Amino acid sequence: MEPEKSSNGANHYQNVACPFCGILCDDLEIGPSGSGLKVLKNGCVKSVAGFERPLVEPKPQVDGKDVSLDEAIAEAARLIRESRLPAFGGLGTDVDGVRAVIALAEKGGGVVDHALSDAQYRNFRVLQSSGWVLTTLTEARNRADLFIIAGSDVHKLHPRFFERIVCNEASMFSDNPPKRTVVFLGEGLDQSAVTGKERIGEIVTLPVKSERIAEVLDAMRALNKGATIPGDDIGGLPRAAVDDLLARCKAASYGVVVWAPPSLGFPSADLTVQAISEFVKDINLTSRFAGLALGGNEGAVSAGAVCGWQSGFPLRVSFASGKPDYDAERYAISRLLYAKETDLLLWIASFSPDLTPPDTDVPMILLGTPSVKPARTPKVYIPVGTPGVDHAGVMVRVDNVVSLPLRKLRQSNLPSAASVLEKIEAAL
Amino acid sequence: MLIKLTGGKVYDPANGVDGEVRDIFIENGRIVSPEPTAKVDHEYALHGRVIMAGGIDPHSHIGGGKMTIARMMLPEDHIGNEVARTELTRAGVGHAVPSTMTTGYRYAEMGYTAAFEPAMLPANARQAHMEMADTSIIDKGAFVMLGSDDFFLRQLAAKADFSAIKDYIAWTMHAAQAIAVKVVNPGGISAFKFNQRKLDLDEKHTYYGVTPRDIIVNLARGLNELGVVHPLHVHGCNLGVPGGYETTLATIKGAEGLPIHLTHIQFHSYGTEGDRKFSSAAAQIAEAVNANKNVSCDVGQVMFGQTCTASGDSMRQFVNTRSADPKKWVVMDIECDAGCGVVPFKYRDKSFVNALQWAIGLELFLLVNDPWRLFLTTDHPNGGPFTWYPHLIRLLMDKNFRRDMMQKINQDALQYSTLGSLDREYSLYEIAIMTRAGPAKSLGLVDRGHLGVGAWADITVYDDNPDREAMFTTPELLFKNGELIVRNGKIVKVVNGGTHVARPNYDPGIERSLKRYFEDFHTVRMDNFRLSDDEIINGGRGSLIIQPTRARAA
Ligand code: SF4
Ligand SMILES: [Zn+2]
Repeated sequence: MEPEKSSNGANHYQNVACPFCGILCDDLEIGPSGSGLKVLKNGCVKSVAGFERPLVEPKPQVDGKDVSLDEAIAEAARLIRESRLPAFGGLGTDVDGVRAVIALAEKGGGVVDHALSDAQYRNFRVLQSSGWVLTTLTEARNRADLFIIAGSDVHKLHPRFFERIVCNEASMFSDNPPKRTVVFLGEGLDQSAVTGKERIGEIVTLPVKSERIAEVLDAMRALNKGATIPGDDIGGLPRAAVDDLLARCKAASYGVVVWAPPSLGFPSADLTVQAISEFVKDINLTSRFAGLALGGNEGAVSAGAVCGWQSGFPLRVSFASGKPDYDAERYAISRLLYAKETDLLLWIASFSPDLTPPDTDVPMILLGTPSVKPARTPKVYIPVGTPGVDHAGVMVRVDNVVSLPLRKLRQSNLPSAASVLEKIEAAL
Repeated sequence: MLIKLTGGKVYDPANGVDGEVRDIFIENGRIVSPEPTAKVDHEYALHGRVIMAGGIDPHSHIGGGKMTIARMMLPEDHIGNEVARTELTRAGVGHAVPSTMTTGYRYAEMGYTAAFEPAMLPANARQAHMEMADTSIIDKGAFVMLGSDDFFLRQLAAKADFSAIKDYIAWTMHAAQAIAVKVVNPGGISAFKFNQRKLDLDEKHTYYGVTPRDIIVNLARGLNELGVVHPLHVHGCNLGVPGGYETTLATIKGAEGLPIHLTHIQFHSYGTEGDRKFSSAAAQIAEAVNANKNVSCDVGQVMFGQTCTASGDSMRQFVNTRSADPKKWVVMDIECDAGCGVVPFKYRDKSFVNALQWAIGLELFLLVNDPWRLFLTTDHPNGGPFTWYPHLIRLLMDKNFRRDMMQKINQDALQYSTLGSLDREYSLYEIAIMTRAGPAKSLGLVDRGHLGVGAWADITVYDDNPDREAMFTTPELLFKNGELIVRNGKIVKVVNGGTHVARPNYDPGIERSLKRYFEDFHTVRMDNFRLSDDEIINGGRGSLIIQPTRARAA
């Protein structure tokens, strides 16, 4: 497809990394179209929506009235200075944005947390209590002969996951073995993207309620250890189906259990992640198997990683005392807001309009892409650009191994969240 | 501005200076020899003080995914070890796996001006460099890991033209912004993905049919012919295995005279004597190192207390998970590129095995004759955090102190080691070799690690305290590129260190096959895999220090 001629300074780009979900596909082709951008190749619903969002450049506002950027920054700095415990949330930004917000939170004595931390903590709690055996996207793509999709609507969160990782044509070890089995362990999971006869041998559907996946995994773990389990029903599945799944796991040369913590939205879902992880650990005593955790949209992975290396803790850190103080319950920003323990919310949402700030009467400073529509008028609103569209940056991919460079694709006056945060810090 | 350091005792082994009283002049960040009439702007009277170049740690896991996994996994490592922000310095935490900024401050406060991350996976290079960029003050560099990555293994298995192998090594060094190359459990990380649980030096990888020996020889020869100054950095097969010393000896022999660096040899010097089938083979290893001038090593000394092991060696780390303390761990297969294993560990002085590990490390220090080929490391944090270095230096310099410490440990262990019979005490000159001049020479750092005219003014000033642990814990002054950074162990100025890289030549034609390989198999495109210079420089936050290589041979 021939791109149109540039009418707005935008060019035709190849190998573009996409920041609109956690798997950061980096093979997109993007060109100019009218006054905007067009995804020419390797897009998906999410990336098309993100990249093709028209550029609007509203002015910063204080109390709903247009002001200059400097005035907005001065007012934001004043609010942070006067706050008892500012909460730095949302954190939908890139690595430099997270670096800047941690520096600001340190200086302003506040708390940092990501909007999607509840989901990420389903994983972090397991990491902090028992650990796991994990794999990464390229490894799974080339090596796995068995995928178990555990209770997660992967296709909705990551529209190209199956295309790129499961149904890929070329594979380094493709003759060994030639076909993949994909097991959907869960109810109502979208299977539509698992296609292609060359790669996919069999699709197995095991409709089990998400809350009961842990039961199935725990039972398989026990059976694998030689325990006997009475009854013909395990976690709501026929006993034979569970026996069969265990046999497939043991026979696989490289099995991968995929889960996406945002899909596991029920109480104590970390125990499900733990059940998966402990099962995978045990299978590894005799054959090879690995977990693959997905999710991590809206910059959640970058936020956890940068906060991890700079403060030692994966988010939910308070700098109120000057030292990093970690409490995964207490410093959840949703809880701080609910309990009125914070008196100021700074919210960053530079990717999708979905990351709307919580509807709260706590005063708010919003650093958002212009498409984010808060329920209430923020005290201070500073429109910011989207990393990988309006400015360059880096993000960490969902497997916490790969990070990718993001490019500036169009002329835009929207500042990066990092640059705004640095200016607020300087003005404190 | 001309700065004069007056009257200190200078230990500068690169220039053969052993404790002579000398004045040192600094201007524009470098050591100079001014005209006698030149006006001195600032003078430090340092009579009786000990002066060395800034410390250089040639093997310390400071940046990269596995460190951040360890940091996130171990809040208990941080709680109680929090550091508050000051007007100058950022907040941070940590004991065994400190946060990035804190890592840099602690190195500087200990008189070090550079540290090298030895296990940077190509696929994780961008993050490793971002973490190192956030490691304050010190210069850094990284060794990129090769040898279990599928591109290289495919080349070897297909008996690719050797110049293409060299092109790939050099390309990877450029792409990952590395200064050297490390091989970890050669081929074993990949073999583990195929469910092999061990891979001896001459054992075949089940899929590729190549052996660790092939891998080591190809990489060592490749680097040598590419003119890369630091030899292949080898984390051998059979880490931590009783009897593993035989593999180490065979590896030394197998190098066929090619330069190699054997890292954390302590973990590769275990014999199988005695009731517990675990004994010291330090004497045999030291003898081989002494006899083979092509071999250098670092020790990876074990220190007692809580730490966390973090290694690219997923195969061996999976076995070590049985000893995880606390009981949690992470093992990963990574990107058809490498792997990792993060396993917390507590070394106990009353444990037979741990006490013997401690003794074996010290034996190696005391039995290897040439400090130019032996570097002081704990393989931070694998043997213990780098903040143990002052204590370790005292163990080496003070035999009475060493004897006192030997009293405290499991006494059975000492029967399987020769440590009790060793009287050697290191001199300050030898310490300066092991912690400065030697690493600088081995890594090919031009104008670093010495105090001659023209060198960058990375300078540490110590009080000549007979308690060498106290002396090396709290230097009086530290200069980085001529700027005063630390006074009496406290940071007075924060700067951003640079990143050392080396750039051997390659034929860009290699990119044709790489590009196809990435497109067919990978989830990252070649162009995005490669780190640009701008990413390191990042608007002036960082800088590149490009170290020379010798001319490429063929
Ligand atoms: S799947 Fe995710 S990363 Fe890939 S193109 Fe779609 S939104 Fe972007
Ligand atoms: Zn190491």
